[in-house]
Amino acid sequence: MDLTYSTEQRRFRQEVRSWMEAHVPAEPLSSFDATREGFEAHRAWERTLSEGRWGMVTWPESYGGRGLDLIQWLIFEEEYYRSGAPLRVNQNGIFLLGPTLMEYGTPEQKARFLTAMASGDEVWAQAWSEPQAGSDLAAVKSTAVADGEEYVLKGHKIWSSRAVFADWAFGLFRTDPSSQRHKGLSLIFFPLNAPGVRVQAIPQIDGEKGFAEIFLDDVRVPAFHRLGGEGEGWSICMATAGFERGLMLRSPARFQVAARKLVELYKAHEHEVEASVRDVVMQSWMDAEAYALSIYSTASRLTAGGQIGAEASTNKIFWSEMDIALHKAALSILGARAELLRSAPAAGDIGKWLDGYFFSLAGPIYAGSNEIQRNIIAERMLGLPRS
Amino acid sequence: MDFRFTEEQMMTASVVRDLLSDLCQPADLRRLMESGEARDPNRWCKIGEIGLAAALVGEEHGGLGLRSIDFVLAAEACGYAGLPEPLVENTGVALPLLAALSHAEGVAPFFEMALTGEITVALAHSANAFVADVDSAGALIVEIEGALYLAAPNTLRLTRQPSIDPFRRLFMIDGGVDTAMKLTGRNEAAPLLAAAFERGALFTAAQLVGIAQRCVDLAVAYAKERQQFGKPIGSYQAVKHQLATAQVKIEFAKPVLYAAAAVVEQPGMYSRSRVSQAKLAAAEAADLAARTAIQVHGAMGYSWEVDVHFFLKRAIALTNWWGTPAYHRGRVAERMLSGELGPDNTFASEATYA
Repeated sequence: MDLTYSTEQRRFRQEVRSWMEAHVPAEPLSSFDATREGFEAHRAWERTLSEGRWGMVTWPESYGGRGLDLIQWLIFEEEYYRSGAPLRVNQNGIFLLGPTLMEYGTPEQKARFLTAMASGDEVWAQAWSEPQAGSDLAAVKSTAVADGEEYVLKGHKIWSSRAVFADWAFGLFRTDPSSQRHKGLSLIFFPLNAPGVRVQAIPQIDGEKGFAEIFLDDVRVPAFHRLGGEGEGWSICMATAGFERGLMLRSPARFQVAARKLVELYKAHEHEVEASVRDVVMQSWMDAEAYALSIYSTASRLTAGGQIGAEASTNKIFWSEMDIALHKAALSILGARAELLRSAPAAGDIGKWLDGYFFSLAGPIYAGSNEIQRNIIAERMLGLPRS
Repeated sequence: MDFRFTEEQMMTASVVRDLLSDLCQPADLRRLMESGEARDPNRWCKIGEIGLAAALVGEEHGGLGLRSIDFVLAAEACGYAGLPEPLVENTGVALPLLAALSHAEGVAPFFEMALTGEITVALAHSANAFVADVDSAGALIVEIEGALYLAAPNTLRLTRQPSIDPFRRLFMIDGGVDTAMKLTGRNEAAPLLAAAFERGALFTAAQLVGIAQRCVDLAVAYAKERQQFGKPIGSYQAVKHQLATAQVKIEFAKPVLYAAAAVVEQPGMYSRSRVSQAKLAAAEAADLAARTAIQVHGAMGYSWEVDVHFFLKRAIALTNWWGTPAYHRGRVAERMLSGELGPDNTFASEATYA
């Protein structure tokens, strides 16, 4: 066990830090879920990142990456969040679909999709859930019927993150109409501007358009847009979900930066709040540290050739609950001002804690609800019988 | 940067784990409890044969020269087994301290016996209100007004303080220390006592993590067997989710514990905070896991017959051993409020900013 960074790792950190300091926009970009302008500003930032070859540092150079290992990825993420750089509008692509494409895609598919993904030229949405297939994802009904070298997609997807402004979506479709449950499903990509696709935004509790419904009415896509074999969609989806829950979607740096800001907020109001607040703040800070240590441990194991397993589910529960507690702690410090919009004259410098709190409430729901994660832990880690 | 244990470290732990799995099952614990003896002679003899007594003593003093990180998994295994004998305190805390004092006059005969495992060494440290296992020890290091002394336990007047944990042997020293040999004065003792405290808190945290996992494992085994409404209770989500929640606590206490073990030998605020965080996280995991295990066992969980209570009681005892949660929170607060924060400082120490 060696918990120190090598000279090369420290040099790499400096390189990222310098680049970020020179390139991160001085003013925060407006939300990518609220307006087309905000979305395109984030796309432009993805292009800037890509020009510096920072789009996805773990990917091979041939797809716009740097071929770095997961420890370097963590260092990159630390510097990324430390610099206050914009959130990644293409996270569905680069963190979820990307690693899956790397594993299951043909060379032609990788060449076609990965480079455009890393550059932000194509921003991705996910299209998994359906009105009657949420936690019970294997109940999907949307179909993809083979017709020559094409598939004809038909169905109704919902809760599709980023779908309002994104370019592409990847989703789970029934390619075998007679199939049941986990069998007969395939993972298929479709452009969100294809004929027959209708996207309808669903306003969220914060008023933004972070997710949408997608109606597919005889949408034709080439068979080339199917990832993996026909009928392999479920297992590929689960691999994607592993990345989503386990490692990439929520790198620890994001929470450590939030925890640092929480501590700063606490210090600024230390004498106005009751003494018990210190321990609440400290629990969030400790949890962010624990999460980081855990991810370093997982990254070390994966770098040495290990596999990510059911611990992905423990990660998802831990970070989603920590995120809520962290934002609640901030709201408790803000006291009466916690409910104010930032436009309120008395708001002062209350920051974005309320926005963050709302967003944190979605954490235990998306990427597989925490109830499902607890089932996975109980059945796969602890060996309890299936329900 | 490589946050993994080495093969050797995992091997040491598995030797201890396998031995305890043979010789420290609940039936063994109950037999010892009924005998009222301090130790199971056969088990203690077999533990001695592993040769871990002087594991953390430097090679220059005749020990194995291992570090805390090499012993932390073994300490965890002792917690998992609910081991009554003082392997963790003797190897992890007392002997490295005695080694640092081995040059003092009169220490040599005791130290030599301790190195070979012939005697154990107890420690009366001001962080703990009582002295553990002094009746069965061959020597006692005692802190008196910040200075350190060595006493032969049979010269002391000891009052047993029965603990709810039947295997804890706690005592107060009511007299006899006036004949103890002075080892060192306050100035030299202070850093040694501080280092002993860090090891004590660290290895207590390790035992608490082991206890937590044992509680979950006991409850899982029961939930697979016990049937209600025609199915194993472990197939119901109300049961599954409680156990999963306890397991999540354990999974996120472990990396803190291991990171603390890796830095415990470095003095300073950053290292102290990590040790305290480990102790807090481990105690919380053990508390939740023990209570969950009782709940999952239902009325059986409240019975003397089911073994969970041994682990619950050890968890209660160790939560306040080597520093109360409030004390450890204070040390974490110091680091959080005056140290460097943010994602680039996860592994920071005083050396980073020297």
